Amino acid sequence: MSAAAANLLIQASYFVTAFLFIMGLKRMSSPVTARSGIVWAGAGMLVATLFTFLYPGLGNYGWILPAIILGTALAWISGRRVAMTDMPQMIALYNGFGGGAAAAIAAVELYRGEAMSPTMGALAVIGGLIGAVSFSGSLVAFGKLQGLIKKSWRFGGQQLLNVLILLAALLVGTFVATGHAADPLHISLFFVLALLFGVSMTLPIGGADMPVVISMYNAFTGLAVAFEGFVMQNAAMIIAGTVVGSAGTLLTQLMARAMNRSLGNGLFSGFGDTGGSASEGAGVSGSMKPIEAADVGVMMAFAQKVIVVPGYGMAVAQAQHKVWELCQLLIDRGVLVRFAIHPVAGRMPGHMNVLLAEAGVPYDLIADLDEINAEFETADVALIIGANDVVNPVARTDKSSPIYGMPILNADKAKNVIVIKRGQGAGFSGIENALFYLDNTRMLYGDGQAAASQLIQAVKAV
Amino acid sequence: MTGIVALYIFMLAAFTGYEVIAKVPVILHTPLMSGSNFVHGIVLVGAMVALGNSHTLLEKVIGAIGVFMAAGNAAGGYVVTERMLEMFKSSGTKKRGAH
Repeated sequence: MSAAAANLLIQASYFVTAFLFIMGLKRMSSPVTARSGIVWAGAGMLVATLFTFLYPGLGNYGWILPAIILGTALAWISGRRVAMTDMPQMIALYNGFGGGAAAAIAAVELYRGEAMSPTMGALAVIGGLIGAVSFSGSLVAFGKLQGLIKKSWRFGGQQLLNVLILLAALLVGTFVATGHAADPLHISLFFVLALLFGVSMTLPIGGADMPVVISMYNAFTGLAVAFEGFVMQNAAMIIAGTVVGSAGTLLTQLMARAMNRSLGNGLFSGFGDTGGSASEGAGVSGSMKPIEAADVGVMMAFAQKVIVVPGYGMAVAQAQHKVWELCQLLIDRGVLVRFAIHPVAGRMPGHMNVLLAEAGVPYDLIADLDEINAEFETADVALIIGANDVVNPVARTDKSSPIYGMPILNADKAKNVIVIKRGQGAGFSGIENALFYLDNTRMLYGDGQAAASQLIQAVKAV
Repeated sequence: MTGIVALYIFMLAAFTGYEVIAKVPVILHTPLMSGSNFVHGIVLVGAMVALGNSHTLLEKVIGAIGVFMAAGNAAGGYVVTERMLEMFKSSGTKKRGAH
């Protein structure tokens, strides 16, 4: 095949790929078509990869093929095996790989040292910087969520140090891009600084804010890919990278809003620093009133409407299958059952929906905060399982509380509130939950899964 | 591809990404993030070309790491997204699983 014909074929295949990616993402944004969306996008990836082998003058197949096979196989196996609860950190890991690949492209192009125009040099350097930051930052995020990194490293002057590292990286990068110091030593120094910045920027961020950070690095990687696409004169990379860059930025904003975090003050100032000291002042009075499973069973079996509020604790206890079994019993008795999902019920917005879907809960029984909040007033029972801060009415009333202003599920408005809870401790953020002390609240103590099993027996016995 | 055309592509693609995501419900945030994570796995084609044109050993090693990671991004992103989306069923289409 002539080089011209090959080029035409490649360009045509990238055109098809860009179309399939955009259609795929579009389909993924509705629950009805989402499943087919990833298949469309996957087809696009396959087309682009296969046709890239036709590149005129492409060599080193002995390097390319093993690298592709090894990378695909390892990621495929790990992706198949990972538990649904660990999904966020796996996304972080794969995303970091993408950023690392973009940085590697920049490194190869820069080390090659063929005369690049300053524009191309600048694009390669910017893409390399963003990609390297996304790579090392995502790895730190992975380590934190996986429990490999337990400490949040914070010290005085940390933000200043971060800014200095970034400035140093930009300075060296400028020298490299303009060709003043495009030697291997300076190029290497540039990448080391960029990687260091990703680490130092991510280390101080607390685990609860990681989802927003992962989403941001996802957008970063998209941008890095787009920049390297300019360098490689590759339209598929420019389009796919830019689409992900802008979609990822929007998604990050949506997540930050759903989690009641501001992105602006987030990145460089104590992200995730909820300063637990303010929690003491919350005036919580009364006592927690326990209840037996049998009584709850009767209460729910004769209810007209039950709203289940699941939290991450339910997923940790692996109770979602039992909870759904319980709900099916209730539905068969004619009870109207809904699931109310707070945006941060899982580890990131939408994560709880995935966990419930895994248990077989149909998505049309699941409602998010805006849909369901008005319905609590007409609910006979609100069943809280593994959720805490997201149903704490203090967020509405107590200005001194760290969670003040966070949108919550109005579970306290239900006629009866049943809280399944392991013990009497405070929530993830260490804040006392006023809901537990209300007159219409009863506590069902026990492990989520065991408690759900007891409730199933209780409802069956009615 | 001239610079100005590339800029147009950049602008239009940015709007496209924004519009495609704009009305997504919260329940799909995690799968969609994972899906867009898969899409930037397209970096694989760039890494292949970069490695395919490498000459020195250093370039080849870095290029191979790049291809390895890009393939991991694409394959891993696909698998986890597919696994998550596979589970989204409405009550009309559900099959009662034998748990």
